[in-house]
Amino acid sequence: MTELIIDVVGLSRDFTVRAPAGRLRRTSRTVHAVRDLTFSVPEGAAVGYIGANGAGKSTTIKMLTGILVPTAGTARTCGKEPHRQRRELAREIGVVFGQRTQLWWDLPLHESFRALAAIHRLPSDRAARRQVELVDRLDLGEFLDTPVRQLSLGQRIRGEIAAALLHSPRLLVLDEPTIGLDVLSKERLRGFLVEERAAHGTSLLLTTHDMDDVQRLTERILVVDHGQMAFDGTLAGLVDRVGAQRVVVLDLLGGAHGVGAGAEVGGGAGGAGEAGVRAAGVPDLRGIPGTELVAVEADGLRQRLAFTPGLTTAAEVIAAVAARATVRDVAIEEPDIEDVVRRLYLSQ
Amino acid sequence: MADLAPYRAVLSSRIRSQLAYRRSFALDVAGSAGVGLLEFLSVYVIFTNVTELGGLDFAGVALVFAFANLGFSLADIVVGHVDALPTYLRSGTLDAFLLRPLSVLGQLVTSDVQLRRLGRCAVGVAILAVALPQAGIDWGWGAALLVVAIPLVGAVIFAAVFVAAAAAQFWLVDGAEFTNAFVYGGSNAASYPTSVFTTPLRAAVTFVLPAAFTAYLPTLLLLGEPGPAWTPAWLGWFAPVAAVVAWVVALTGWKAGLRHYTGTGS
Repeated sequence: MTELIIDVVGLSRDFTVRAPAGRLRRTSRTVHAVRDLTFSVPEGAAVGYIGANGAGKSTTIKMLTGILVPTAGTARTCGKEPHRQRRELAREIGVVFGQRTQLWWDLPLHESFRALAAIHRLPSDRAARRQVELVDRLDLGEFLDTPVRQLSLGQRIRGEIAAALLHSPRLLVLDEPTIGLDVLSKERLRGFLVEERAAHGTSLLLTTHDMDDVQRLTERILVVDHGQMAFDGTLAGLVDRVGAQRVVVLDLLGGAHGVGAGAEVGGGAGGAGEAGVRAAGVPDLRGIPGTELVAVEADGLRQRLAFTPGLTTAAEVIAAVAARATVRDVAIEEPDIEDVVRRLYLSQ
Repeated sequence: MADLAPYRAVLSSRIRSQLAYRRSFALDVAGSAGVGLLEFLSVYVIFTNVTELGGLDFAGVALVFAFANLGFSLADIVVGHVDALPTYLRSGTLDAFLLRPLSVLGQLVTSDVQLRRLGRCAVGVAILAVALPQAGIDWGWGAALLVVAIPLVGAVIFAAVFVAAAAAQFWLVDGAEFTNAFVYGGSNAASYPTSVFTTPLRAAVTFVLPAAFTAYLPTLLLLGEPGPAWTPAWLGWFAPVAAVVAWVVALTGWKAGLRHYTGTGS
C-alpha cells in the first residue's frame, strides 16, 4: 500500500490587501489566492504543478511546506500537518525556490553542506557519503570553495538542489528550478533529477513554465487557475483537451521568385482594402486547409501558421506553402505551457 | 537545553569569514572603537562646563556611560543584526529558516555575529578601568560582583529590546527608522544618569523601556548613592527582573509577529 505524500482537502488561502483610498482612509480587499483545492499525490509520484503567474502556485507550496497557514481546509505533507509540525516535516522534505536562495549567501558550498548536515543531525559518515554522491552527480567539485554569491545561476541552482537533497528527503519540492537556465544546464538538471528519483524513489512536486520540464520529469500535471484546480491528469490528456496547436514558422524567399509566387495567389485578394504591409509580392499564406495564419513578420518574409495535429500534418502544411512560395527554412514550434494553460482557461 | 551544534556550525563559518581579512577586520574594529570614543567625548565636553551631572561626578557618569556602552555593544555583537529582519523578509531568507528543523529566532540570531563591535566593547572596558578606581567605591565582594553583573544583565536587556524591535518589523513595513528610535534612543538614554530627565521621562526610560536598569540604577548601588525620587537606587537590584520581563515581552512579540507573517492571526 502506498502512502499519500501530499493530501489536500478544501485548501484555501486569502490575503488581505490594503491600499490607500483618499488622504486618510485605506481600503482593504480580500484576495483569494487559493480556493478550495483538493488533490492527493501518492508516495513516489512526480507531479507538475502549473498555472499562470499569480495563479496560486507558490501560495500552495508555502502551505504544503509549513511557511503559510491555510485560511481554510487541511493539508498533510508526508502525513504531517505542515505548519503545526513544521520542524518534523522539514526533516522529510527538501525545497528549492529557483529565484531565492536557501544557501548562505557569503559561505562556500562545502560550508553550507557542513551546516546543513549539522542542522539535520546527519551522522557524519552518512553526510559525507551523501555529499560525495551529490557533488559527483551534480558536478559541483570545481566550485565547492567559492562563496555562493559568486556562483553562476546554473551552478547555484545545482548547489541549491544538492543542499535540499543532502538529508535524503522523501519529497522534493522545486519551484521554477530551471528558470533562467540555458538549454544545456536545463537538460543536465533534468537528467540528474530523473536519476535521483530512480535511485531513491523520491517524490517530486514541480512548478514550472517549461513544457520540457513537465514532459521529462512528471507523469501527472495539475493546472491551477485563479487558485482553483483547472485540470488534473496527464500532459497528453491536457493537450488533447485543449487541442493545443503546433506552429510552423516559415522563412520565405523574397525577390523576383517570391514576387511571382505571391502574385499568382494573391491576385484575387490583392485588391484594395488590404493593409499597407501586404504590399504586392508578399506571399499570401491565408486559407491553407487546417491552418490559421497567426503572424506575418519581416515584411512577409517570415510567417507563422498554426495547425491542430489530427486535422492536418506538418508535411501537408509545408507542401501547401511550397506551392505558393519559395520556402527557405522551416521550424516547428511545440505548444508552450503558457499557451496550453491559456487555452484551458479560455475553455472553462 | 537543545543541542546547539547546528547553530554553532553556521556561526563558526561566519566568524571565520569575518576574520579572514585581517586588515579589514582591524579597521572595522578601530572604526567601532572610534564611535564609542566620540560618544564619550560628548560626556567629557559636558564636564568641562559642570562638575556634576544628575547628582554624579565625572567618574560616576563615566561609569554609567561605560556600563551602558559595554552592555549595548555586547548585545549588538550577538543580536544586533536582527534589525535587518525586513531584508530577511524580502529576500526570502525567513522562508528558508521556516524550511529548516530549527527555531526561527534561533536561526536569525545565529545567522550572523558582529565581531567588529568588539571595538566599542573595548572602549567601555577601558573607561571602566580608569573610572572604577576614582569613583570612591567601597570595595568588597558585592561591589566586584556588581561590576561583572551590570554589563551582562545590561546586555540581556538590550538584546530583548533588539528582538522586540525586530518583532515590530513584522507589522511595520520599512519601519526600521521607527524602531531604531527605541533601540538607539534607549542606548543613548542609558548612557547618562537617568536623573537628568524630568520625572515622566525618567519613569518611561525605567519602566517602559528599561534603559535605566542597564547602567544608571545598578551604578547607584555600586556608588552607594540614594538615587532620585520615584526611581531609587534599590531598584537596581531588580535589574535581573527587568531583564526577564523584557524577554517575556520580546518573545511574546516575536511569536505574535511570526504568527502574523505565516498568517495564523488576523
